[in-house]
Amino acid sequence: MTTEAAPQTSTPEDVARPEALTPEVRLKLYETMVLSRTYEEAILREYHADKGPGFDIGKGLVPGEMHLSAGQEPVAAGVCAHLSTDDAVTATHRPHHFAVAHGVDLKKMTAEIFGRETGLGKGRGGHMHLFDPDTHFSCSGIIAEGYPPALGQAFAFKRRGTTDIAVAVTGEGAANQGAFHESLNLAASWKLPVVFVVEDNEWGISVPRSASTAIASNADRAAAYGIPGERVENDVEAVYDAAARAVRRARAGEGPSLLEVHTLRMWGHFEGDAQGYRPELADVNKHDPIPAYEQRLRDEGLLDDDKVDEVKRLCSSAVEDAVTFAKGSAIPDPSTATHYVFA
Amino acid sequence: MTMTEAPQATRRLSTSKAMVEAIAQEMERDPSVFYLGEDVGAYGGIFSSTTGLLDRFGPERIIDTPISETAFIGLGIGAAVEGMRPIVEVMFTDFMGVCLDQLYNHMAKIHFESGGNVKVPMVVTMAAGGGYSDGAQHSQCLWGTFAHLPGMKVVVPSNPADAKGLMTSAIRDDSPVVYIFHKGIMGLAWMAKNPRNVDEVPEGEHVVPLGKANVVRTGSDVTVVTLSLSVHHALDVAEKLAPEGIDVEVLDLRSLVPLDREAILESVGKTGRLVVVDEDYQSFGVSGEVVATITDHDPGMLRVPVKRVAVPDVPIPYAHDLEYAVLPRHDRIEAAIRASV
Ligand SMILES: Cc1ncc(C[n+]2csc(CCOP(=O)(O)OP(=O)(O)O)c2C)c(N)n1
Repeated sequence: MTTEAAPQTSTPEDVARPEALTPEVRLKLYETMVLSRTYEEAILREYHADKGPGFDIGKGLVPGEMHLSAGQEPVAAGVCAHLSTDDAVTATHRPHHFAVAHGVDLKKMTAEIFGRETGLGKGRGGHMHLFDPDTHFSCSGIIAEGYPPALGQAFAFKRRGTTDIAVAVTGEGAANQGAFHESLNLAASWKLPVVFVVEDNEWGISVPRSASTAIASNADRAAAYGIPGERVENDVEAVYDAAARAVRRARAGEGPSLLEVHTLRMWGHFEGDAQGYRPELADVNKHDPIPAYEQRLRDEGLLDDDKVDEVKRLCSSAVEDAVTFAKGSAIPDPSTATHYVFA
Repeated sequence: MTMTEAPQATRRLSTSKAMVEAIAQEMERDPSVFYLGEDVGAYGGIFSSTTGLLDRFGPERIIDTPISETAFIGLGIGAAVEGMRPIVEVMFTDFMGVCLDQLYNHMAKIHFESGGNVKVPMVVTMAAGGGYSDGAQHSQCLWGTFAHLPGMKVVVPSNPADAKGLMTSAIRDDSPVVYIFHKGIMGLAWMAKNPRNVDEVPEGEHVVPLGKANVVRTGSDVTVVTLSLSVHHALDVAEKLAPEGIDVEVLDLRSLVPLDREAILESVGKTGRLVVVDEDYQSFGVSGEVVATITDHDPGMLRVPVKRVAVPDVPIPYAHDLEYAVLPRHDRIEAAIRASV
């Protein structure tokens, strides 16, 4: 990110970060997932509110493509629980769950999605192009192209003598791009503090992983670059544990790791995708990871009705505040359309 | 608009259906033609460039690929070198960034480097253009960039019949052809409707030669040279201005390489006034090349300075009002025409 004199709040001495799955951590994982889902549901609602008659993708308060991440919350929650906002995250065209989990300001992000002057990119970027220097968060709409910049952020952190790390995210479809493999090799040979995350939701738009990828687990590809590779299911605690190992290794200066999560795209590739190509569609909601985790925490006495209501209420009010903020913010003045091309 | 000899039966088709029809007819005619790319099978192409083809021709000839543009464009090149006629889809022109080497250093240069001994008869299809808030990485035209790089032909249809006729020519061409369709001309149900996106299309074989521009509206006061979706906007404006006595000629370039310089000279020779409308970036591109076509020949042909209506060298903004401020829409085209007559 281009913040000047980025604060160096972490040093090799404070490598130790909370890793144990304490009740507080588990509740936090739950809350992060609920916040993310609440956010996506609100964006879904706002996105479709004014696309008619019929569906015109260019219409409405939130126009353009919209890739939502419902079902993939365990990945972002489990990984970002180990990060501070001094660590970098480069996300994909489906970025909201990572942005939420990494602590990107909801109001500024929502204003960006609504194309407002108060947005992260003053309305220039949109939902696939969120840049937040405060949390070292960014994303890209070009498949796998978030991987290479993460190397540079990690490089800068290392050069400055911090233990900050970069987390790079792609989908499993993106793992067949050159940028993915080039990045793994370079980061491995330079021992850069990067955690490479692959979200395997089994679909690259309409193409199933089995039709695009020669092997069953992208974690196996780590072997080709001499780094650890792990694949876990869409269980936020499993992600949390695996991410702890990868993050610890990166902060300790031992180099990158690859973590693939076998996750779930609950909704279409983008909004408006009828998903006719998807045979298992009817079963998708049964695998929603959030009710499953909620039940587990209830069974273990960490959650009850009151606590669940409270979490949902707080998430909902944060999200609705963000939406209200966005809707109330100024639309950029067309006479400024050519601004910001150069520094 | 058909260049074939006998008049043919027509029916009304959307641009995407017309394009698909040409591909299907060529696949019937020539077993070496196949189509590959992302989501071209069961999905039918994100912008309906292959709807129904999987059912008709099966997965051996309509092939979904991994998201590996460098690999599958290279595959197309290799297959073409061996005598097949691949059509390879890059979902958006914007994605050329991940695979440009195969396109401009290989596909476009092999014929030259081999002294003409090796042919690369392939078509690369790409969707282009903005107007629906898809942001800076999914809204570019970039046809000027391809046209700038020697060795590939660049086709830019604006309407259903041309989409068919130009596709037929592209597939039969022995050189690589980049066939760029603006999303806004395809007649997609989920995008802004445009009345000219559905029109009469000849039923049988329909060939529109590459390098022949088309006067889509004759006029005497000013020439608008344009391409793709901007042709529609230019026609709308021309119709609006006609009652005021402003008589606009609209020239649809149809292809950038080859560029029909004769047609540009002929029209501007008649009107003496030129407006170039291009949805690509303004500088170092198509609009400048059109102007140079005149000035290289005879700057004295121009009675007034040229007006260019293009994207003012800024990435395409996301927010609707910002995006529409930089796109060559009706308001800017109208202002340019009024300023030149
Ligand atoms: C280089 C490039 N090629 C193609 C695309 C079009 N595209 C956008 S998302 C997508 C599928 C990505 O699949 P995956 O990486 O598995 O992520 P998911 O969408 O499942 O989250 C494709 C092909 C793109 N954005 N960039």
